Amino acid sequence: MQVIKKIGLVVFLVGLTIFTMLPFMGEFAVSQTVFNKVVRDKGIKSEIFIGEMEENVVGKEFYGMLELSPKIAQALEKANKQHRANKEYKKVIYTAPHDMAALIGKESGNGFIVANKGLMWFLTFGLGIIGALMFIVPNVVLLGKKGIKNNGIYHENATNRGWIAWLVFVFLVLFYLVLYFRSEYAVNWTYLVDPISKFLSGNPAGHWFVYGFMYCTVMTVMAVRMYIKYRHNAYQTLRTTSVLFFQIVFAFLIPEIMVRLQMPYYDFKNAFPLDYDFFFQWNLKSLLGSGAIGLFILVWGIVLTLIIVPVMVYFYGKRWYCSWVCGCGGLAETLGDPYRQHSSKSLFSWKVERWLVHGVLVFAVGMTLMTLYSFFTESGTVLGIRTQSVQNAYSLLIGAFFAGVIGTGFYPIFGNRVWCRFGCPLAAYLGIVQRFKSRFRITTNGGQCISCGNCSTYCEQGIDVRAYAQKGENIIRSSCVGCGICSAVCPRGVLKLENGPLKGRINPTEVLLGNDVDLMNLVNKK
Amino acid sequence: MEHIVIIGNGISGVTAARHIRKQSDKKITVISAENDYFFSRTALMYVYMGHMKFKHTQPYENWFWKKNRIDLVNAYVTSVDTDSKTLKLTGAQEITYDKLVIATGSKSNKFGWPGQDLDGVQGLYSKQDLELLEANAPNKEVCKRAVIVGGGLIGIELAEMLRSRDIPVTFLVREKSFWDGVLPKGESAMINEHIREHHIQLLLDTNLKEILADKNGRAKAVVTDKGETIDCNLVGLTAGVTPNIDFLKNSGIELGKGVKVNTYLETNVPDVYAIGDCAEQHTAIGQRRPVEAVWYTGRMMGEVLAQTICGNRRPYNPGHWFNSAKFLDIEYQTYGWVFSERSKKEEEQHFHWRHPKEKICVTIAFHRETKQFLGINTFGIRLRHEVIDGWLTQKRTVDQVMEHLKDANFDPEFYTHHEGSIVALYNSEFGTNIRPKKKSWKRIFNNV
Repeated sequence: MQVIKKIGLVVFLVGLTIFTMLPFMGEFAVSQTVFNKVVRDKGIKSEIFIGEMEENVVGKEFYGMLELSPKIAQALEKANKQHRANKEYKKVIYTAPHDMAALIGKESGNGFIVANKGLMWFLTFGLGIIGALMFIVPNVVLLGKKGIKNNGIYHENATNRGWIAWLVFVFLVLFYLVLYFRSEYAVNWTYLVDPISKFLSGNPAGHWFVYGFMYCTVMTVMAVRMYIKYRHNAYQTLRTTSVLFFQIVFAFLIPEIMVRLQMPYYDFKNAFPLDYDFFFQWNLKSLLGSGAIGLFILVWGIVLTLIIVPVMVYFYGKRWYCSWVCGCGGLAETLGDPYRQHSSKSLFSWKVERWLVHGVLVFAVGMTLMTLYSFFTESGTVLGIRTQSVQNAYSLLIGAFFAGVIGTGFYPIFGNRVWCRFGCPLAAYLGIVQRFKSRFRITTNGGQCISCGNCSTYCEQGIDVRAYAQKGENIIRSSCVGCGICSAVCPRGVLKLENGPLKGRINPTEVLLGNDVDLMNLVNKK
Repeated sequence: MEHIVIIGNGISGVTAARHIRKQSDKKITVISAENDYFFSRTALMYVYMGHMKFKHTQPYENWFWKKNRIDLVNAYVTSVDTDSKTLKLTGAQEITYDKLVIATGSKSNKFGWPGQDLDGVQGLYSKQDLELLEANAPNKEVCKRAVIVGGGLIGIELAEMLRSRDIPVTFLVREKSFWDGVLPKGESAMINEHIREHHIQLLLDTNLKEILADKNGRAKAVVTDKGETIDCNLVGLTAGVTPNIDFLKNSGIELGKGVKVNTYLETNVPDVYAIGDCAEQHTAIGQRRPVEAVWYTGRMMGEVLAQTICGNRRPYNPGHWFNSAKFLDIEYQTYGWVFSERSKKEEEQHFHWRHPKEKICVTIAFHRETKQFLGINTFGIRLRHEVIDGWLTQKRTVDQVMEHLKDANFDPEFYTHHEGSIVALYNSEFGTNIRPKKKSWKRIFNNV
């Protein structure tokens, strides 16, 4: 079994290495036809850009996007600079240099990778999946009898912030930086999944399709790990199945199929304000221009946020969304599970969390109000502030850096819910409802707590669960996503996630059950 | 300002300190040489197993003590002079007190076995024991086999710890079945099976005769009373604990097995109290033992004594007995009294149900004549403390317990429920026709 695991690890690393090397590889030749098509599609009027490109790029061979991309970017920047200097604003190209490079690059690959998409898929995704499963599945035997098996988590380099964890951290951060800011280097990755994308939506894959496909793949493989690790725990297996279902079907398949059916791309479970650009002008216009389905989506999006979300939180707590439905939560609960112990439990972190997460909520709501005001009044500014600038700032700071680079990149060092805990505006909204009006609580079982600290250690949201449990107090916290792991790791059966009457939900106690009944009454009397 | 000095920063001492602070402004000093800060002793095993780091076993952040003006002193108390109300600490330091709380806990039992003080022989109680274990048994290469002597809760924990590093373990248990002085036989038998499932060599009805040394004075093997010699690099002595009170020998404080206290947790010397593992009641309370070496009772004594010290003199008058443990993968909870066959009285009758496949079982004790519900043990099923506590107070009959059994279930959501088959077996054994009622929040909250 150990041998299978080791072989699996090697196979996985081979796949990962090939995947990682792809941005540096591949032959690209920009043909006149392709270039003409881009000029036509993008309506490019800059003769400087066209001239530069035809001189330096078109008809030439390049090895790797690293060689091709700077040439395109240079041509574009040079052209725009000149046009701006000459005040020829009509000729300025508003496509970002990196997007232009990605666009042209995607059409120009012509080497081995493009010719052998299936094989390359197998050598990257295929080997990754096979290797990872070979590494994971032997645990059915190796973990022994079913039960909580956290042995060695703080002895292993990878799960105890050792160099492997730091390496994964750097890798993930770089991956997200490429994805958000240098998509031209993802061109080779898009070739791997072109056949799948064509099958689903009829279009070739873009880098977001790569990300979506990868997301589903990673979640599926890591869900297998969850099924094995928590095979004694029905709550965990059901919850894992649920997040996996919503990711694959709602976040990945349905939007792609909708595109094939000429409908807007929409993830029906992605609620505003997590879906922060739902009310952006381009989206509203696109929805309003898409007939009945567009209107339905518009109404659904509003109803989801204003009615479904709070009502469901009232009945089941925010867990129904955060750890049963949400894609971010889904990744955190599968890929992120090995890192859940790294969330800080200090009081200081809690203070930071409250300021940050509610700050982001205010930011998101404020931005949206500006957006709607601008939309209806058709003015670009609100109180002298450009709506577009605020939107761009949010997209960059929150959408890209916080949710992506930090949210997932920081898993191995700061735990798997950095985004959900400190940044997600939807989580903040759900949390407010959960804190003040919900039937959900984690019940503490009388006086049974032994303060061991397993619950706090494994809380991914950084809640000091033990602080409540050892006082006999129920855990009512806005940040709790109801993952259920505190209850699972408790060796004494102290914690239970449940939905019950509001009365008696919050129960501060001074003296715990089991002691002198008169003393308990006396001291706990409020 | 009155100065309260507490010797020992375990659960009882720290609970007393916290509750004294809640109610008063007294000067509080807590003395311990084990660790600067309070930690959960019961969690030490998880540090060795790599589930947690040591810092995670500390329930309060380090700033907590200063903020709450609880002074921490890292030292051993070598002697107590109750006339001058002075403690002598290591390093010739002295501390005077107005009121003294002795909360020094336990130490591992040693029964005079030949070789019990050799290197590589240790108990498992303190942080120092954990560090010693890390040195004695860091991995299976250094520790090729461990022998554990004593089949109780610490013994099985130590076995689980060592198995987490794949160290072969031989477990010597004096009794004919694991912990059968406490557990009824069906449960004890199930745990025997579970121990063996974990590839722990369980030798029942076997005593330690002596521990053999190698030429460096390290344990190299044990000899059992069956004449068997077992090679090993570690001997874990886990045959129970005894109060840690040697430093009080000439203090004038009355000692028995522990520090003798009345129900008010007062010793024979005014202004000196004892709580937790090291306290021994003059007469046992109810069916409890005079010395209760349990986390929960330590905490409860701390809660009560804080009242007394703050001027509201109260006896230690615990409610219904409860306890819990985990045997490898199986959680165990007990409420009220369920005695083993060895110690139960004539009128205590048991109903026992065991799952056909899983390691799950229940034993319910009740009065043979009156059918009064006396207690319940569950393995692999969690119970709601408040509900059972209420049933014990109300002196329910076992039939009523069966009827409302679903109210007491505390397993996580979506777990398979077993009340149906439990009650079915009960019906067939006792000729009743009880149908378990649906879980009712109303009953749970109003305790009806």
